[in-house]
Amino acid sequence: MSFDVPDDLRYLESHEWVRVAGDTAKVGITAFAQDELGDVVFVELPEEGAELTAGEDFGVVESIKAVSDVYAPVSGTVTAVNDRLRDEPELLNEDPFGDGWMLKLEVDDESETDDLLSPDAYRDQIE
Amino acid sequence: MKYDQARWTDNSDDRYEPLLSEKANETFDIEDSPLPDDLTRDSLSLPDPAEPELARHYTRLSQMNYGVESGPFPLGSCTMKYNPSFTEDVAARADAAIHPDRPDSTVQGTLALCHRLQDYLGRIGGMDAVTLQPPAGAAGEFTGIQIAKAYHEHNDDERSEVVIPDSAHGTNFATAAMAGYEVVELPSGDDGRVDIEALEAAVGDDTAALMLTNPNTLGLFERDIEHVADIVHDAGGLLYYDGANLNALLGRARPGDMGFDVMHYNVHKTFATPHGGGGPGAGPVGVREELSQFLPNPHVRERGGNYEHYEPDHSIGKVHGFYGNWPVLLKTFAYIARLGDDGLRDASAKAVLNANYLAEQIEYEVPFGPFHHEFVASAGEQDAADAAKRMLDYGVHPPTTKWPEIVDEALMTEPTESETRRSLDQLAAAFNAVASDSDAELADAPLRPAAKRIDQATAARNPRLSWQALDDT
Repeated sequence: MSFDVPDDLRYLESHEWVRVAGDTAKVGITAFAQDELGDVVFVELPEEGAELTAGEDFGVVESIKAVSDVYAPVSGTVTAVNDRLRDEPELLNEDPFGDGWMLKLEVDDESETDDLLSPDAYRDQIE
Repeated sequence: MKYDQARWTDNSDDRYEPLLSEKANETFDIEDSPLPDDLTRDSLSLPDPAEPELARHYTRLSQMNYGVESGPFPLGSCTMKYNPSFTEDVAARADAAIHPDRPDSTVQGTLALCHRLQDYLGRIGGMDAVTLQPPAGAAGEFTGIQIAKAYHEHNDDERSEVVIPDSAHGTNFATAAMAGYEVVELPSGDDGRVDIEALEAAVGDDTAALMLTNPNTLGLFERDIEHVADIVHDAGGLLYYDGANLNALLGRARPGDMGFDVMHYNVHKTFATPHGGGGPGAGPVGVREELSQFLPNPHVRERGGNYEHYEPDHSIGKVHGFYGNWPVLLKTFAYIARLGDDGLRDASAKAVLNANYLAEQIEYEVPFGPFHHEFVASAGEQDAADAAKRMLDYGVHPPTTKWPEIVDEALMTEPTESETRRSLDQLAAAFNAVASDSDAELADAPLRPAAKRIDQATAARNPRLSWQALDDT
């Protein structure tokens, strides 16, 4: 089974994606991650204004199979969180790269994205 | 043998046996209360069934349940053995119902029995001293690791890590974290056992303890256990034995002889007491002599022919009220006394024979082996959870699924010592029927039990935690 790995994103080995545009970034988990987790039943996200550090956990995704931490791909300040996930955690399963986004960041240092996996490197990891 | 479970529903056929509150509710007026008005109400709605209604309600619920008295229950690592009913009779004796605050001098028989059980368990585990106080297996783990911590602190030896194999029970990780240690996870070797090189790399000056189950979760005996013990001891760490699988060794091998320093006993798995579910349990802890000064308070000892409670010199304190859950301990004692040395040896022989017999009978791939008390089969191309649901249709309880992760689509199977060859053959027939069932049959299962496929995601997303919430649809 092959999973969608959009070419305009960068990835973490722990299965988060990030879309960086200038000094803003959008973060979520990958299609592969949601399939491994199974039906997501609860998502815990930080407050707006929270400071995230690259590589550290910022929230929790709970599925019927597992409870997993999710990690920040880059450092920055949270400017928005996807409130729909509170009542519709299934969006993470249905549309992980779209309506299932988790949060938006104001990025501290754009060069941090250089350390992230390219789409090809992430494809290699999950195959 | 064909299976159809009783299914009691309301008239619409879409709700199970109605709640008592729906069947026989009465509104009772509340008399004047001395409490402030804003804390009281005028009336209260409570179920008020006639006794036969009540009896039928619970009988119907029990008919829609499945237990070890319904059929085989090979839930791996849980050891769902049958508990002989005489142990209940012993625990229900009126002279067992004594108040725990009575003076020692008036309860000499009870204390003598506690003392003798400490001795039995010590001899079974090869341990010098045993506390009966911890109220469950997980509480026993916590107590054991607290004792290890107290030992290191007593020696002014600061250590921050506990090493645990990746195949260990989840409670081990939780115990180490609750006790304030960093967990170091040890990958299993290719043969499913402890990887000696990985162990040597993981153990060092910071190692407080290695927690190990033997035989391990794959049902494999850790053959290098003495070498493992040397590595841990040479680094100044202690070796902790998780007693979850002790039923494989009863009367044949002892953790103390293998080099373990601390252990807990799961009396519900190894002996014959009810499995948890939130009810009272017991998880005694055994230790080597040099650790006995740290045991919980109180402990029971014999002095000049009399038995008494006392506080060990450097006790870690209390882990439960009084001296543990006495009726559970009484059942443990009764089981050991009834079986005796030969019976205990026979129990472990049957646990091992049954697991290996069943592993030979089933068509799923069974990697590793030969086994001790349990084995892990692979559902292969099937989804292990779907295969498990389908097994319910054949009138048996399924094995534990998808764990340990060392085996793909794991079916972790432990028939236990209490199954006969007939019931093992029934189990094997169920495994083999499911193995040749189609994906469509698996996806629809189960069809024959009272409850069909449970929608776990909806249940978890919209939990209703009180009967009153049933109206919140």
